[in-house]
Amino acid sequence: MNARVAPINFFCGFRLSIRGKIDIFAGYYLNKMNNTELKERNSAVIRFSGDSGDGMQLAGTLFSDTSALKGNGISTFPDYPAEIRAPQGTVAGVSGFQVHFGAHRILHPGDACDVLVAMNPAALKANRNKIKKSATIIIDGGSITEENLKRAQFETLDPIAELGLGEYNIAVPDITAMTQAALADSGLDRKSIIKCKNMFALGICFYLFDRPEEHTANFLRSKFAKKNPAVAEANVKALRAGYDYAANTHLFADRYDVAPAPLEKGVYRSISGNVATAWGFCAASEKSGRPLFCGSYPITPATVILEELAKRKDLGVKTVQAEDEIAGICTAIGAAYAGNMAVTTTSGPGLSLKSEALGLAVMAELPLVVVDVQRGGPSTGLPTKPEQSDLMQALYGRNGECPLAVVAASSPADCFHYAFSAAKIAMEHVTPVILLTDGFIANGSEAWKIPSMSDYPAIVPPVAESAPEGGYMPYARNGKLVRSWAFPGKAGLEHRIGGLEKHSLRGTISHDPENHKLMVRTRAEKVARIADDIPLQEVFGDKEGDLLVVGWGGTRGHLRAAVESLQAAGRRVSHAQFNYINPLPKNTAEVFGGFRRIVVCELNDGQFASYLRQQFREFEFLSFGKVEGQPFTVAELQEKFYSLLD
Amino acid sequence: MADYKYTSADFKSDQEVRWCPGCGDHAILNAVQRALPEVADALDVPHNKFVFVSGIGCSSRFIYYMKTFGFHTIHGRANAVATGIKTANPELSVWVATGDGDSLAIGGNHFIHAIRRNVDLNVILFNNEIYGLTKGQYSPTSKLGKITKTSPYGTVEKPFNPGELVLGAKGSFFARSVDAEVMLTKECLVEGAKHRGMSVTEVLQNCVIFNDKTHALFAGDKATRAEHTVTLRHGEKMLFGAARDKGLVFEEMKLKVVTVGEDGYTIDDVLTHDAHCVDATLHTMLAAMKYPEYPVALGVIRSVEDGVVYDVKVSEQVAEVRVSSRIHSVDELLHSGETWTIE
Repeated sequence: MNARVAPINFFCGFRLSIRGKIDIFAGYYLNKMNNTELKERNSAVIRFSGDSGDGMQLAGTLFSDTSALKGNGISTFPDYPAEIRAPQGTVAGVSGFQVHFGAHRILHPGDACDVLVAMNPAALKANRNKIKKSATIIIDGGSITEENLKRAQFETLDPIAELGLGEYNIAVPDITAMTQAALADSGLDRKSIIKCKNMFALGICFYLFDRPEEHTANFLRSKFAKKNPAVAEANVKALRAGYDYAANTHLFADRYDVAPAPLEKGVYRSISGNVATAWGFCAASEKSGRPLFCGSYPITPATVILEELAKRKDLGVKTVQAEDEIAGICTAIGAAYAGNMAVTTTSGPGLSLKSEALGLAVMAELPLVVVDVQRGGPSTGLPTKPEQSDLMQALYGRNGECPLAVVAASSPADCFHYAFSAAKIAMEHVTPVILLTDGFIANGSEAWKIPSMSDYPAIVPPVAESAPEGGYMPYARNGKLVRSWAFPGKAGLEHRIGGLEKHSLRGTISHDPENHKLMVRTRAEKVARIADDIPLQEVFGDKEGDLLVVGWGGTRGHLRAAVESLQAAGRRVSHAQFNYINPLPKNTAEVFGGFRRIVVCELNDGQFASYLRQQFREFEFLSFGKVEGQPFTVAELQEKFYSLLD
Repeated sequence: MADYKYTSADFKSDQEVRWCPGCGDHAILNAVQRALPEVADALDVPHNKFVFVSGIGCSSRFIYYMKTFGFHTIHGRANAVATGIKTANPELSVWVATGDGDSLAIGGNHFIHAIRRNVDLNVILFNNEIYGLTKGQYSPTSKLGKITKTSPYGTVEKPFNPGELVLGAKGSFFARSVDAEVMLTKECLVEGAKHRGMSVTEVLQNCVIFNDKTHALFAGDKATRAEHTVTLRHGEKMLFGAARDKGLVFEEMKLKVVTVGEDGYTIDDVLTHDAHCVDATLHTMLAAMKYPEYPVALGVIRSVEDGVVYDVKVSEQVAEVRVSSRIHSVDELLHSGETWTIE
């Protein structure tokens, strides 16, 4: 290999050199262990962390995909700043990507990491509290400069000591210098060469966890094939240099192998929540025969759904990148009126802007799915951080008595299922539906056993084909109180609808008091009857016990892992994760009745708990909320649950 | 050409028309109901493919009086909803009935972007320079200094000229009429419907209750209109006046009103209207002409097709990608890219 072998060390100290670069001095030693052992591990968490421009999301994704291809269970969590390129070297600009992979099904991306890759001192600082006690830390020695330490607001020249990391396994390879050395004859300029250091770091990690490099090499070659093959080769070379460097220098005392998970037989792929959401709508379109239309305005963290659907013209999908959030939903309402399976995608502030138009969709009774990929609020809030604080907005955030269905997805892969389900409800019940996901499951990804579309049910919307004798009545209803869906273009069905209160059959304007009362109650009852068509609530664990852990939406992985650990310890704890929020499953009260205590865990200050209290006065709901813009950790959940059992 | 033999009665709904007696909207409804049989034949659009969309305001009640598919939406959003309808199904003939408040104030953003995209909609912009349905507040087209309930001492903001706004937003079709000129309105609407791209026809409309005679100085009656408006027709000289002896010439980078036969001006000096000219400079000057300095321009001021029509392009792209892609079903999509098998 071309890379110069830099001093490898368990850190002992730094000093300032003349050029402003910190030299690693006293007591480093070449860690020449001749027989690095390959040890089996059940699972591991690795976190790639660096400047927003350091390519950490890519390095993490490639590590995750490689592990998935190896057959591991995986769960990932990208944790990045709202700024595209925040000031270099600052803690605010740190971008992270965490991968939890294991020899079993992985439920969540992990509370803290076993390996931290820090491309600069700021990354080290930002992740100080996300490192396990026994963790290995790999930090780019080339990044430890006086300037970078100052940018990350270190007070001394010794970041390791300052953060109290002396007890960890720390490796300080000069990744920057070695990448430059390895690519000296690549013909690329310095800036392009420096950009390859993420692949050098990835190579080190591949060595550490015994991962093959083929997938990454293939990916790089196809990504840069047309634009710049030299860049592809440089990246591949950096990857190999990192791997060889770690191997040749015996950088680590131990290497780890994480065996494939005993997953169900089948064909698998890795999928993120946003892509799964987009594909779920494609599936609903195929199963209903209604063309898919998406009118949206880009907003973090929902944008990827629009981007993915824009690619899906091959499945007949039409997308409109609207001039604003309001036009996003209004074009979708227009498309729904014209007979398309219409969706609009957004996040919290965008849902606020769509409120009035959602009221129109409720009033006109049109099928429509609104996806809210929740983020921290209020206002602009925490655009890149997950929260579940839009629940009340989804349920009630409109003028008038304005009920609609609310569905929530629980993991990256099951966004597919719930997007399909939301679209099925919307079309078969001719109603708007809000699908809640969040930044955590939307950006996270997991291994997914690819379903067959033949296993999915048909979607049969009540489409009006011709006018009955006496003329078409747009607001005549079936047994589910659902009106028919009559598209423009069908002869004899010409009719007028709108946002004004309308006559209960003819749809003409009506300000009659009795008619309004009838229509308000009918719209409510129509949504309530969706409960007949959704599955009963499942309970993980016994149906009776001391504690029922209740969650909804994207917290499932953490809650399930915490509950599993208490169950394994012999505690009488069960878990119910709600996906159908309005209406709730018909057996909800029955589920609650089996437990001595109920705790509702959610990433807000108790919205679902309030909602349940309002509907089920007979039970006491304890609330455990978290509003830090971060997912739950399994550890904090365990602690909470144990405290409730004492 | 089709021959559906529709009459205006085929487009009249059974709903009682509830605009105020004397309101200009009655005449516009009349013009539209006369235009549709012609549009149906000219473009081969059967009755069931007409859709009327509106927002909020007096003008937006329009859709209830049309015996077509109709969608009365929310304030300002008609152009956005109509964009969705037309993009979803380009075979429909989609019409928007909207007002100066609906499209130029609360819905201004959707209006300019629908124009920019050149969605093949037919927009009828009712301009009465007032908010009628909320009972008399000034609008974005109210004249500077206008006294209304919300401007008791007169407005201190300058109005939009809808024509300049449409052309500034890269509009491909703009026409103007006056409510009382039913046949001219009809003519503009038929031309607008034939135009491939978005058409905006502004109708200067009188609100008898809250802004009576706002257009009267130049459009109050036939004789006044003859003297103070110029009706433009493609390929014809820009002449006006009861004796058709006045004309527009272009001098010193400006339009100028002259009398043919006076001051040495002949008919050859008078401009000939070219509605199809790609350069919008002269169209903008014509649209901007204000009484009393100039006659107010009526008729089709601009009608330029360049083939970039949003809904058509979206459908074409879908058709092209459907052919070129290797993915034709959701099963194929799910198995595309990197997958692995667990035995």
